[in-house]
Amino acid sequence: MGHSKQQLLALLQELQIEFSQYEHPVVLTVEAQAKYVGNEGGGLSKNLFLKDKKNRFYIVSSLADTKVDLKVLSQRLGLGKGGVRMAPEEALGEILQVPLGCVTPFALVNESARDVSLLLDQGFKTQEHCFFHPLSNDMSISLNANGLDKFLKSIGREPSYVDLEANPAVGKDQPPDLASLVPSSSIVLPDQPEKQTSSQAPIDGNHVSADNKSKVVPAVKPSSNEKNTKGKPANNIPPSRPFADVDKFVEEIMHKTSTLLHSQIKEETIKQHGEQLGTVLSDNLRKNLGSDLKNLAMIFKNTAYTEGFHAGTHHQPKRIGSS
Amino acid sequence: MGTQEEPKIVGKEEEEEEEEEQVVNPWEVSAKDGGKIDYDKLIEKFGCGRLDRSHIERVERLTSRPAHVFLRRGIFFSHRDFNEILDAYERGDKYYLYTGRGPSSEALHLGHLIPFVFNKYLQDAFKVPIVIQLTDDEKFLWKNLTIEESRRLARENAKDIIACGFDISKTFIFADFDYVGGAFYKNMVEVAKRVTYNQAVGIFGFTGEDHIGKVSFPPVQAVPSFPSSFPHLFSGKENLRCLIPCAIDQDPYFRMTRDVAPRIGCHKPCMIYSSFFPALQGESGKMSASDPNSAIYVTDSAKDIKTKINKYAFSGGQDSIEKHRKLGANLEVDIPFKYLSFFLEDDAELEHIRKEYGAGRMLTGEVKQRLIEVLTELVERHRAARAAVTDEMVDAFMAVRPLPHMFD
Repeated sequence: MGHSKQQLLALLQELQIEFSQYEHPVVLTVEAQAKYVGNEGGGLSKNLFLKDKKNRFYIVSSLADTKVDLKVLSQRLGLGKGGVRMAPEEALGEILQVPLGCVTPFALVNESARDVSLLLDQGFKTQEHCFFHPLSNDMSISLNANGLDKFLKSIGREPSYVDLEANPAVGKDQPPDLASLVPSSSIVLPDQPEKQTSSQAPIDGNHVSADNKSKVVPAVKPSSNEKNTKGKPANNIPPSRPFADVDKFVEEIMHKTSTLLHSQIKEETIKQHGEQLGTVLSDNLRKNLGSDLKNLAMIFKNTAYTEGFHAGTHHQPKRIGSS
Repeated sequence: MGTQEEPKIVGKEEEEEEEEEQVVNPWEVSAKDGGKIDYDKLIEKFGCGRLDRSHIERVERLTSRPAHVFLRRGIFFSHRDFNEILDAYERGDKYYLYTGRGPSSEALHLGHLIPFVFNKYLQDAFKVPIVIQLTDDEKFLWKNLTIEESRRLARENAKDIIACGFDISKTFIFADFDYVGGAFYKNMVEVAKRVTYNQAVGIFGFTGEDHIGKVSFPPVQAVPSFPSSFPHLFSGKENLRCLIPCAIDQDPYFRMTRDVAPRIGCHKPCMIYSSFFPALQGESGKMSASDPNSAIYVTDSAKDIKTKINKYAFSGGQDSIEKHRKLGANLEVDIPFKYLSFFLEDDAELEHIRKEYGAGRMLTGEVKQRLIEVLTELVERHRAARAAVTDEMVDAFMAVRPLPHMFD
């Protein structure tokens, strides 16, 4: 389970990070938060939880006044225009383990958020202190950017400060300047389909505030493919079996063949070809399925070879007798 | 001793698009006045041959199967000494393939796939091995990348390359940062010793401001043409010929290589060249990694493909339906038709579209619709294959290992 507000505050104290805490009724927007701590000086933070098309996640934490253009950010990350959008609601709970309206850099203390990239507004450094939610919307804590850095380093993160309003050219000779902040692992949420082609209604709408629009979450059977979900396990070899599984391979061939046959054997085609239907069908099969099946077979071959190669190169022959 | 052909000195910094001549070299491709590339002029200037029906028929005879779409449609259209390869093959002397990629970006678009698709066909049809070079060092030298990033991109690109369907028992993929050394490096230095600085300037357009990394790079791309660069694969086969299918802008490297080869006792590599894949916005448009709407990427969803083709593919159709029915479409500039000529396998269907669309009886929308179907299927198939590529598979493809069945 994720860390609680109490645990986080205790951690900050342990690290001897100076901070002030302010309790207030639950707030879901920066505007609401400002009502309670707006007069304490320092800067309020605006926090976005974003996701790209490859299921990689980002927290963008900025001063409330900083203008963040998602299109520009997307390009600077090397994801093209429109490569990032607001992450879906359930990601908040699953990955950051915080409630709605509570996106905060402190969420990175949770294991589930280890692959989330954090972009910090360089504007934070100009403020004496800045306000963030400590994993709960009924409190705000203010601390100096140095304190935030100390916290991040303690959980093994290097703080990355970025000029979020900058709009540098991105082109053939000017690679995206924030590309190194793209996480190396994607996080596939349990409910999400693993294929990229399935459409999903993105959440549009403003940043921290709760967007109560009901969202379509596609109901998808979990894929029979044993591919792992949250990131790659360090030492295990992800199973390649589905692609070198003889039964599955033959099943796929049969399936494609019978689908084609079904579509080709109809009243009209029977009438049209009569006795010749068999010849016509087998020609069609060869023509239409030939390359598809060859592709499948090549995948099978390469997978089986790889399995053997891997086993062979990791094999430690037992020494028999003395050397 | 200079190169036989006389390439024009191309100084990158000076050339602008408004210049008289078109510019074609490994780092820049632009047409005269922002128009189309003149391929006749290009191969005349470079001194390459044109592929014709007799070549294609010969290939079909030797491989006992129809020639690949790219050959039939003239996408691979130019060559150097392709006949020598075919002659040797007919005598029973096989050859090996060499191609490569400069991993400058993670996102691959359809244009990037073309040489790999063609090379896979050659591997299958002729039953020959292939070495695939990932020039991560080149990208580090020419672009604003760290070595770490270029190595990472090389591995990522390797996955898409593998997904094109290369046979692991006949394929060696290598990244320069991993492989340069040993016999490969010896050949690099042999080549380097035989190309003067002035020749390099003449071929590649280096200036006094270019750093020495760039100047010393060309041998890296030259030596995979020599079998002795791969002792774990070809030792004992020093006589093996090499065929290099790639885009025609790579010719400068191989003009240099072919010039040096006889002087170090090696066969000249043979070349087979493709024309350039046009951007969605048209021939004069630039396909750019930073403009996702200039190309179809292998990571595009079905929806993306539909949107991009419908919105951005440059149409050669007329402004109004009446005008279109009267005049027909301008197939010279029509992108959907051009893309179909690359990717629609069925010759009869393409011919039908050419006639009907050219005469104005078929509308742009229908052509686009068909293209969307074809591309979606292609991208889907690529993605499915890509999903099967594991890091272990990449390691295996890239392992320095013998390939005992490479000619089977």
